[in-house]
Amino acid sequence: MKLELRGITKRFGALVANNNISLTVESGEIHALLGENGAGKSTLMNVLYGLYIAEEGEILLDDVVQKFAGPGDAMNAGIGMVHQHFMLVPVFTVAENVVLGHEQTTFGGRLDLSAARAKVREISDRFGFDIDPDALIEDLPVGVQQRVEIIKALSQDAKVLVFDEPTAVLTPQETDELMTIMRQLAASGTSIVFITHKLREVRAVADRITVIRLGTVVGEASPTATNAELASLMVGRAVELTVHKNAPELRGTALAVKNLSVIDSRNQIVVNNVSFDVQAGEVLAIAGVQGNGQTELTEALLGLQQHVTGSIELDGKPLRGYSVRHILDSGVGFVPEDRTEDGLIADFSIAENLMLDRSSGAPFVKAGNLQLGFRAKFAAEKIHEFDIRSQGSEMEAGRLSGGNQQKVVLARELSRDLRLFVAAQPTRGLDVGSIEFVHTRIIETRDSGIPVIVVSTELDEVVALADRIAVMYRGEIVGIVPGNTPRATLGLMMVGEHAPATEAAL
Amino acid sequence: MSTLTESAAPVPASAPIVKPTAQIRSWKIPITFGGIAVLSLLLFVVLGRGQRGDLSTFRLSEARDLIQLPEVALPTFATGVFVAIVLVLMAAASATLVYRHRKVPIVLTILFALLFLIGFLAWAASGSTIPVPGLLIGTVTLSAPLIFGALGGVLSERAGVVNVAIEAQLLAGAFSSAVVASATGNPYLGLLAAMVAGALVSMVLAAFALKYLVDQVIVGVVLNVLVIGLTSFLYSQVLAPSATLNSPDVFSRLNIPLLSEIPIIGPVLFRQTIIVYAMYVAVAVVYFGLFRTKWGLRVRAVGEHPQAADTVGINVNRTRFVAVTLGGVISGFGGAYFTLGAVGAFNKEMTNGMGFIALAAVIFGQWHPIKATLAALLFGFATNLQNVLGIIGSPVPSEFMLMLPYVVTIFAVAGFVGRSRAPAADGKPYIK
Repeated sequence: MKLELRGITKRFGALVANNNISLTVESGEIHALLGENGAGKSTLMNVLYGLYIAEEGEILLDDVVQKFAGPGDAMNAGIGMVHQHFMLVPVFTVAENVVLGHEQTTFGGRLDLSAARAKVREISDRFGFDIDPDALIEDLPVGVQQRVEIIKALSQDAKVLVFDEPTAVLTPQETDELMTIMRQLAASGTSIVFITHKLREVRAVADRITVIRLGTVVGEASPTATNAELASLMVGRAVELTVHKNAPELRGTALAVKNLSVIDSRNQIVVNNVSFDVQAGEVLAIAGVQGNGQTELTEALLGLQQHVTGSIELDGKPLRGYSVRHILDSGVGFVPEDRTEDGLIADFSIAENLMLDRSSGAPFVKAGNLQLGFRAKFAAEKIHEFDIRSQGSEMEAGRLSGGNQQKVVLARELSRDLRLFVAAQPTRGLDVGSIEFVHTRIIETRDSGIPVIVVSTELDEVVALADRIAVMYRGEIVGIVPGNTPRATLGLMMVGEHAPATEAAL
Repeated sequence: MSTLTESAAPVPASAPIVKPTAQIRSWKIPITFGGIAVLSLLLFVVLGRGQRGDLSTFRLSEARDLIQLPEVALPTFATGVFVAIVLVLMAAASATLVYRHRKVPIVLTILFALLFLIGFLAWAASGSTIPVPGLLIGTVTLSAPLIFGALGGVLSERAGVVNVAIEAQLLAGAFSSAVVASATGNPYLGLLAAMVAGALVSMVLAAFALKYLVDQVIVGVVLNVLVIGLTSFLYSQVLAPSATLNSPDVFSRLNIPLLSEIPIIGPVLFRQTIIVYAMYVAVAVVYFGLFRTKWGLRVRAVGEHPQAADTVGINVNRTRFVAVTLGGVISGFGGAYFTLGAVGAFNKEMTNGMGFIALAAVIFGQWHPIKATLAALLFGFATNLQNVLGIIGSPVPSEFMLMLPYVVTIFAVAGFVGRSRAPAADGKPYIK
């Protein structure tokens, strides 16, 4: 089916998310929609899927103008979507999720789940998926959950399939398999819209590329374009894709973690007997697919997890079992992975956010009184130093862009006297400019002799920053390898295969 | 060094992630067991009653039963000593299990509770007789409004709307059923009025929660206060001056032939009023509706992940509105129990906190209609035990017994029988 978008404009108040966007996807074509985080790709697709109503413009399928009042209409017209955040109910089975909204019933309104199971089996056989229709979604790995999303779309006879940032949660191997599935679908006549900001993937699979920047189409490109060309089109200026750094100047072991295990509230061992150490002046990157224990590991380092065994020593002093306050005072700086949830208080001003973890005493608080003058001066300095684009230090942090919010978090943590710096997903959801900034600051921190731990699910980021890479899989460290380890090896380690000569790499 | 080739056999793509688990030592259960065991030792042995060989008698049949079961007489002191010793042993066993990082099986908890109950009843009934059928019949009867309220709560919360207003729905049902049944002389119309009243209350809750996005707990609390005030005002201004509007016919007990003659079970379950029979149906219908129908799948979907439901074309707010309203219908019906099923007249604030106990049953019952029903029965039993012990003249002060249902509720809600997980989107309005 041929899909055509003509002059789509979507506004949120004063913000123009999509400005007069036109796009054509031919039948059986894989059309990549490339753009930075916040460029308006997802908004455009939500308009296509009937979740948002556009102010202007029209959607045509096989040259017929469509009117979508809601996702139901779009689905009936043959549009399917694989959402970035999976639209699956975690406590339902695969079959229940697939039929939700299109249930068949037998006598008395009784749900006909056997028909649903048959449908799941039929589609998963067609693509060789091997999925148990009665498995609970929450028990499945994310890669499989994504296949359930695909089955869900295909079960409604989708002729146009939209993949919204589908590779964000996948291992490199799963990404390759997804590419194969996309080609398979396109070959059978399905039109595919592939939304991403990852250049490598676009060039691997797309037939045509449309680049969007700040809500506007800025050009088309062919898959033969180079990474640099695509990146500069996407960002609007020449982009430095590599992080410049010198060889690390190692100054001895600072952090030593031995036999660390974390048990979560569901009694699962989420971090399993992990040992590693970090030298002052190096970046240890912890790679791995989301949900393999990285979050719990960083939280354990900061004293945020309840059931932790093993030992954590910083400069020879034990940290495990102490309060978060004590650990912060010992010089641990922490950038949490969800900045809007854990990193900032959105309703507080930039200045207030900058002193969040220092409210216990001087210089911000004296005799129980906030030192407003000092705080304002401090905030002004940090805003300047970290290039936080704002309307002043009293602006609410929630109104900043993602990149500037992250700069506030970084400024707060890096302005303390640090002995260890832990950054979890430091560039998630940021624009390229902010990513460059954050990476530069992390390397500067390293070069000043502070041990740095970077947790990232983005292999590009891991490779760019790391002096050594620890790969986590199901709560264990599969191996610790040098920073220049090939991506293919890292990819295998991310699915639990031990790399050759792991520890010897030190 | 080619460890790559030695890797484990490939796992099928859809194999669920089975994470290794470890038991965190939780001393909650052993401590509770220990406390109760010590209490039993004190009560049954040190301060033991009937040390001169008194008997505690349990009567298992009512006089009019066709099949008469013999009475069971236990020696009070010996039973108490036996129970206390076994309880101490069980507490020790649970402590050992926890010490060895093992889980205390739920069966042990249930056995422990039953045994303590037997010991307690034997102690309290020293030298007198406990009518077991009467105790259980009253349990079912007293649980009826709790169960209706809990079912209403389950429906509403499964759809993602916190329902603190069960009390208001019960009270509105009680009031309007009394008035309508008195005015028309037809108690069935009273039942209908109770359902309408419950639905109206929950519609207010749904409208504020879903359309105006007001905090659902606050709306619920305000509704409770509003309905208490409104019914009390109308009672003193309209019902109290003229008795004609507040003298409904009360449903009498209907014996179901044959079934009602089964020993113990018959009198307990099948010699009840039409309201209790309707309760059996309601439990079955709510269970079937939620877990076996298309409608139920959608209700649960909007309560767990409204956005996912929206993206497959389900109208989230409409589904929620309907579920909350139906919940109100059921709760309101339960309110009719107070007037048409028991007292025979409306009184100020006659629901007396039952709506909150029903809410506790929802949570204790893990948002599941059957489990919530069992929880409500437990609370009903605690209430009725207090009545029965009062009648046979037990040494326990009645004020203390009055506390019992609430103590049970606090322990239950504090998570002593497994942690419960609320619907993921419970209490969260859906904004696109």
